[in-house]
Amino acid sequence: MLAIKGIYAEYGIQRLNHGIGFGTAAIELLLPTFGESLGLKGKVATHWALNPHPALIPAIESGWVKQIHCFGSEVGMDDYIRARPDVFFNGSDGSLRSNRAFCQTAGLYACDMFIGSTLQIDLAGNSSTVTPERIPGFGGAPNMGSDAHGRRHASDAWLKAGRQASDADPKMARGRKLVVQVLETFGEKMVPAFVEQLSSVEFAQRMKLELVPVMIYGDDVTHVVTEEGIANLLICRSAEEREQAIRGVAGFTDVGRARDRKMVESLRDRGVIRRPEDLNIDPLNANRQLLAARSVKDLVGWSGGLYRPPGKFRNW
Amino acid sequence: MEILEIHQKAARRAPGDKSHGITGVVASGDLEVLLERLLDGTECEVNVKTSVEGFGDVWRAVVNDFIERHSPGGLRISINDGGARPETVSLRLAQGVRLMEADR
Amino acid sequence: MNNAFTKYRTWSWYEATARERVANLLDRGSFTEFIGPEKREISPHLALFDLPEAFDDGIIVGRGTVRGRDVLLAAQEGRFMGGTFGEVHGAKLVGLLRYARDYQDAPRVVVLLLDTGGVRLQEANVGELAVSEVIRAVLEARMAGVTVIAMVGGRAGCFGGGGIVVGIVAGCCSRIVISEQGRTSVSGPEVIETNMGVEEFDSRDRPLVWRTTGGKTRRLLGGADAYAEDSIDSFRDVAISLLDRIPAFDLDTMEKEHARLTQRLEKFGQCHDTPEIWKAMGIAEPDRIADLSDEDFNQIAQAQKEANHDAR
Repeated sequence: MLAIKGIYAEYGIQRLNHGIGFGTAAIELLLPTFGESLGLKGKVATHWALNPHPALIPAIESGWVKQIHCFGSEVGMDDYIRARPDVFFNGSDGSLRSNRAFCQTAGLYACDMFIGSTLQIDLAGNSSTVTPERIPGFGGAPNMGSDAHGRRHASDAWLKAGRQASDADPKMARGRKLVVQVLETFGEKMVPAFVEQLSSVEFAQRMKLELVPVMIYGDDVTHVVTEEGIANLLICRSAEEREQAIRGVAGFTDVGRARDRKMVESLRDRGVIRRPEDLNIDPLNANRQLLAARSVKDLVGWSGGLYRPPGKFRNW
Repeated sequence: MEILEIHQKAARRAPGDKSHGITGVVASGDLEVLLERLLDGTECEVNVKTSVEGFGDVWRAVVNDFIERHSPGGLRISINDGGARPETVSLRLAQGVRLMEADR
Repeated sequence: MNNAFTKYRTWSWYEATARERVANLLDRGSFTEFIGPEKREISPHLALFDLPEAFDDGIIVGRGTVRGRDVLLAAQEGRFMGGTFGEVHGAKLVGLLRYARDYQDAPRVVVLLLDTGGVRLQEANVGELAVSEVIRAVLEARMAGVTVIAMVGGRAGCFGGGGIVVGIVAGCCSRIVISEQGRTSVSGPEVIETNMGVEEFDSRDRPLVWRTTGGKTRRLLGGADAYAEDSIDSFRDVAISLLDRIPAFDLDTMEKEHARLTQRLEKFGQCHDTPEIWKAMGIAEPDRIADLSDEDFNQIAQAQKEANHDAR
């Protein structure tokens, strides 16, 4: 809810890429309900660089989506894709024409925003999914989650973010792509997601790597969204403000509890940090019952029976 | 199991007439919160029983923040925790106070 | 903001907690809880295992009204220890049923919102004892003229564990309402696989689990009397519709049931999977039962002789 109201609506995000994850799946499922209640249909989330996520079916069927440019496909989605040539790029034989290279380019240069999750984030906003226990791949996030700096076509959202950036040059208007990290302050087993130093750093030293395995660099990150609120790093004026803005949404983790309370309050006054109540969002209204689909079976229903999920996702 | 007891004065008494209420379920990643309007004045008591040991500091921080924001004066609050994350705890505590605002 | 939430919010039975089911099934404000959580009648055994307790030991009992009609009610919380029967949990349910049995001025209808994996292993023998006491209490209540309606549609389903058979508790009720997500069985899928081998029954083959123990199957085989959509409203409507057509609880009914079950075994005993049974029952498109909408499924179920009879 925070992301939809505080970012999508705020910047008028029309062209976007969602990193795979629970948070973005929830956003996809909240568009037809929560998004609808805000009158956002047609105004945001119309053009997607995205694999054919089943979780997007309710939004597609409710008329939110004009176009989806796919990197690849998703299991069980063939029949549904075939039935929606108005949304998907289908070939003359009716099947999907995905194109990883073109879609990657779209994600880099055509999107107003990337939004995805992560397992760890540090005080500069650098994020990584490498933890002491696990070294996963980063997927498309390093590319999608970056602000491709060169000249590109302008869009309202891109220009608005550019104007907000604290290092903006008023004589030389330039846009910024929004790169949003959405995450809960604690992960599984009470492991904090906010850390003073990424596990990746120690890992790189130990393995003598050329590069620390960072997924998204902090200087590309424009917003961090947690259950505590939204930190807008674009309008931070110094590394110290950036650090306190991140601490200010880091909840009850050690990093969060070590915040400079006065500074966080003043950042909130300036709008650098926005809490749910600042956006008129009541956490007590957060309930699964608000999702447009609450089960895989619901998605099948939304698709008119065309989505055929693999057996392991069935409970009927 | 770890047991924590936190006593604190709140700024005001918790509004409403309900004598007791309960929210949440003792399941993995969740907790149940039982609230009873039993104490005098603005006294507040939070008793936690949790299967995840070693997070006393975090519990105290969460509870103190809750008492500051929601002023649950007069309430004895008892928690059975199944390993919930702090934000879930905050949410359930806030839900509990909202429940107790009802009339009966 | 409130308008959006009331408009888009529906109460799924499957998603709801036991307390949410109770609050939304009964008429608003009509519920009085017996031995509520503030009484702290908790399990005396779980602490030994360093396991968290629940203040109501995972079951809510009390009375209220459904569209003005007085009922006694018990609702199991499937998410607490799998909704399993422990000593206190079982005692609360037995007490409720005996109250109905013994007091003529108690409500004549008991609604059981079952959501259980069976006996709580940590409480072993007292849990098994509790289940057998529940079975007896259900039957005695029925003999005293009480209607007992089981509602099955939660995450845990309605299972027995080992030799103790909670699936039978449901079977002993006057009527059973089940939804597609609901499952009932004597032995759970994992138990069958462990004992008979994965070739016989792969408990991780979810479509198989639902084909054999799921709500639609139970309804078509006559193991459940009515089929509800996955919503609290639907469960309520269906339960009410059953209340005026309760079968006699007598020797005649039992003998008819024995005959029906013998016939069922003769007719379908050689079948390996349910679509074969549906085919033998003359159902068109026997492989598509799982894909049918609730409405279409209900039509088929209502037309089947096998599914509709008092001698369940």
